[in-house]
Amino acid sequence: MESTTLVHHLLLAGLLFAVGLTGVLLRRNLLVVTMCLELMLAASTLAMVAFSRFNHKMDGAIFVFFVITVAAAEVAVGLALIVALYRRRGTIQSDALNTLRD
Amino acid sequence: MPDGLFTFFAALTLGAALLLVLSRNAVTSAMGMILALVGIAADFFLLDAYFLGVLQVLVYAGAVMVLFLFIIMLLDTDDATGAYPWKTAALGLATFFLLAAGVIWLFHWSGAVSPTPAGATPPELSANPAEFTTAAKSFGRLLYTKYLLPLEIAGFLLLVALVGVVSLSKDAPEGQA
Repeated sequence: MESTTLVHHLLLAGLLFAVGLTGVLLRRNLLVVTMCLELMLAASTLAMVAFSRFNHKMDGAIFVFFVITVAAAEVAVGLALIVALYRRRGTIQSDALNTLRD
Repeated sequence: MPDGLFTFFAALTLGAALLLVLSRNAVTSAMGMILALVGIAADFFLLDAYFLGVLQVLVYAGAVMVLFLFIIMLLDTDDATGAYPWKTAALGLATFFLLAAGVIWLFHWSGAVSPTPAGATPPELSANPAEFTTAAKSFGRLLYTKYLLPLEIAGFLLLVALVGVVSLSKDAPEGQA
């Protein structure tokens, strides 16, 4: 009988996190960067659920519940910020938003 | 070896995540994100966390991604600026391969994580609410006893986010727009 162990779930979560972080560094569209951040959060919740299941404790799953709540609030505020930015500056490309650097 | 269902959904999730990162079109990225979140929800189901899987599909793949799509339609912006500068691309690729190699080494070869804390398969499910159960009831029991204060704070956080979004999306003051 083939079985999926904790290590497989952790590998998937770690690789997803790596993909998300790569996106945050690579992409310049702030909307896509926010989506990649969400992907990193979701990858970490996957690791938490896996630990929760294999340690036979409910607390990790409850924590994932709170992470989902906070992520929803964070997305709402982040998107409102991006829309406000677009209204003032007319762009959401991160390399065009360099007023403070110049 | 993992079983077939896990392999299928892991491949689906990773492929969709790559689509999210590599696509130049923001809508295609959002579609990849939805697929990746559904893949993660499927993995929650494989881990017997049914309630969290449903929550993931409803909240993330439903509400949050619809919000993203609305904003993408509203702002209508693509990465239309040609190839990435080689420095950015090199930094991104180096980060990915370093992190991926680190993850695989840490979890697969270093021996830091034993395959499971208690044997090669997850522990049997029980009905004891203090342990891991599939019932949504055990979520409610813990949320309203041990985690009552965090639950209240989460509710307050949602209220604060609501007020913040309303005040952010009001019109900009005169002369600053």
